[in-house]
Amino acid sequence: MPIWEPEKECMSRGDLRQTQLERLQATLNRVYRNVSFYRQRFQEINFNPEDDLTELGDIERLPFTRSHDISDCYPYEMFAVPLREVVRVHASSGSTANPRVVGYTRQDLRNWSNLVARILSSGGVVQDDVVQIAFGYGLLTGGLGIHYGAERIGASVLPTSVGRTERQIKIMQDFRTTVLVCTPNYALVIADRIDQMGLESRKLSLKYCICAGEPWTEGMRGEIQDRLFVKATDNYGVTEVIGPGIAGECLEQCGMHIQEDHFYAEIIDPDSEKVLQPGTKGELVLTTLTKEAFPVIRYRTGDICAIIDEPCACGRTMRRISRINERCDEVVIIKGINIIPERIGDILEQIKGERPMFQLVATRRGHEDQLEIWVEVTEQLFYDKMREQRALLDFMCKKITNFIGISPRIKLVEKGSLQREGGSIKKFVDRRF
Amino acid sequence: MLTIKSVHTYYGNIHALKGVSLHVRPGEVVTLVGANGAGKSTLVNTICGMAKPARGQIELDGERIDGLAPENIVRKGIALVPEGRQIFSTMSVEANLLMGGFIHRKDSEQLREDMKRFYNRFPILMQRSRQLAGTLSGGEQQMLAISRALMSRPRLLVLDEPSMGLAPLVIKEIFAIIRELKEEGRTILLIEQNARGALRIADRGYVLETGKVVLQGEGRELLEHREVKRAYLGKGAKQIWEA
Repeated sequence: MPIWEPEKECMSRGDLRQTQLERLQATLNRVYRNVSFYRQRFQEINFNPEDDLTELGDIERLPFTRSHDISDCYPYEMFAVPLREVVRVHASSGSTANPRVVGYTRQDLRNWSNLVARILSSGGVVQDDVVQIAFGYGLLTGGLGIHYGAERIGASVLPTSVGRTERQIKIMQDFRTTVLVCTPNYALVIADRIDQMGLESRKLSLKYCICAGEPWTEGMRGEIQDRLFVKATDNYGVTEVIGPGIAGECLEQCGMHIQEDHFYAEIIDPDSEKVLQPGTKGELVLTTLTKEAFPVIRYRTGDICAIIDEPCACGRTMRRISRINERCDEVVIIKGINIIPERIGDILEQIKGERPMFQLVATRRGHEDQLEIWVEVTEQLFYDKMREQRALLDFMCKKITNFIGISPRIKLVEKGSLQREGGSIKKFVDRRF
Repeated sequence: MLTIKSVHTYYGNIHALKGVSLHVRPGEVVTLVGANGAGKSTLVNTICGMAKPARGQIELDGERIDGLAPENIVRKGIALVPEGRQIFSTMSVEANLLMGGFIHRKDSEQLREDMKRFYNRFPILMQRSRQLAGTLSGGEQQMLAISRALMSRPRLLVLDEPSMGLAPLVIKEIFAIIRELKEEGRTILLIEQNARGALRIADRGYVLETGKVVLQGEGRELLEHREVKRAYLGKGAKQIWEA
């Protein structure tokens, strides 16, 4: 399979380290000059990039950036260029108090497209492919991110966006789609629907499935590959860092190559915050090396994985990260949307002025993930009349849907019945796997 | 080929280079752009041994060269075409070329051959070979300075402001020569105030601002970059949005 930028993706580790050092210096010089958040943080620890960054390892002196730092800087406070240089704005799923807003300059978009092109190429996409993108288009980075990368390769792009599965299948069939880009669960939903419609997957033109957006397993990969007759690869993105394009699997299917010439990756112990050696599992921390509008320094992604520092048969020299199935914070990922349980509590509290006991439960029906919110019933939440009770639940559901973008099922449960752990209610129960 | 890691250079009390890193790969043309006082010439002086870095390291093909005397750096394979040409104006053109090949002085055959090549390439130098170099025009002097540097058969050619003080038409000619050198596969570090001209030729570029690299990228990317225009125009003043 061709490599999109072989001179970069296969560069020697020595050259890579030099490139990383140069780019990190430029990035830190720029954020120190242009972003008051970082300047303050650096000054607090007496760090001046022009004096104190001699080697890459010196980055370990710098403080971490957390997702709440970014929402605190809502909307534009962390931008490193004036808004007139920004040609695109995206935002994370609105699961925190303020969404996390990120911007891109013209050059950022060029780099981003190129990085996504690398990842799509490593997943098998070439110019002759017809790529169907069933990711949401909008403020989230998934849809447009992949879109620009696929166009950069020169493939024919079908921006079908999410939903309307039968129409997706009809398009897949009639437009002779060769590459499907979607969440792994949606790939299986499509497979189910194809069966229900009495069609045969093997008669489709599909060759590759590029999956991302939610945790998935090797078992699911096997199922997608067997049922859709494709080769399925995983890739990884974080809105705050760039979106898709940070890391992606090659057809060897043994971990996602990090685009290390554009991102500096560290794995830390989430509790002690010490940097861990390759091969050890910990929280992934990313620093952007080329982003202009929205550079981030040591961003704690909350995702747990290990860096694989062994050569890959595909020839790329960029190190890999292992599959991401866990998080070290409370964030729940369902259908590609990041949800923080406490924020759901905030909304429930607004409704009746009292914070109910509640629990998020992720379930899987067939291949579709579903978010359930179990709420312990109280006097205030209880009505004698069925109709009033139903109206309250509908209202709650609508409020939450407005906030997170997917619609949950709300269940009232008996007082004291929610699963507890050490005296407090478990905020999240995952019944998907 | 050339790798510079976090170099700091002082002129007395002035901290002229503040942790600059850059690299040049074989066959690449890399340019450094920046306003007056950004540290471009200091970097050239540091690479060529005229200024000693206080910290950091410079490697040529993996071998440390920082701290070496200028003549030893020439022996290692770096040749400089200095700012303002600096030809030996009271010597003949031919003598200038021979001085450029000083490190190969024991191999007169090679020197003669090289000289012949440059005469073929720049016939005007052959015509004026016995003339005093100071009597040449600015453009001819620049051709001489480039030829003189190449006489040492360098692995890396450093050009410091080759277009400075030349008429626009002559500048065009000089850039055409640099382009030819690039096509021959030579490795070049080009320092220029004429950012536009330099970035058009260059594979990659670095933008220096007050002794620091603030931007780097491919030549054509930087060409369109607003901040490059700003650095080139030398707007040191803070903009409203800069906190």
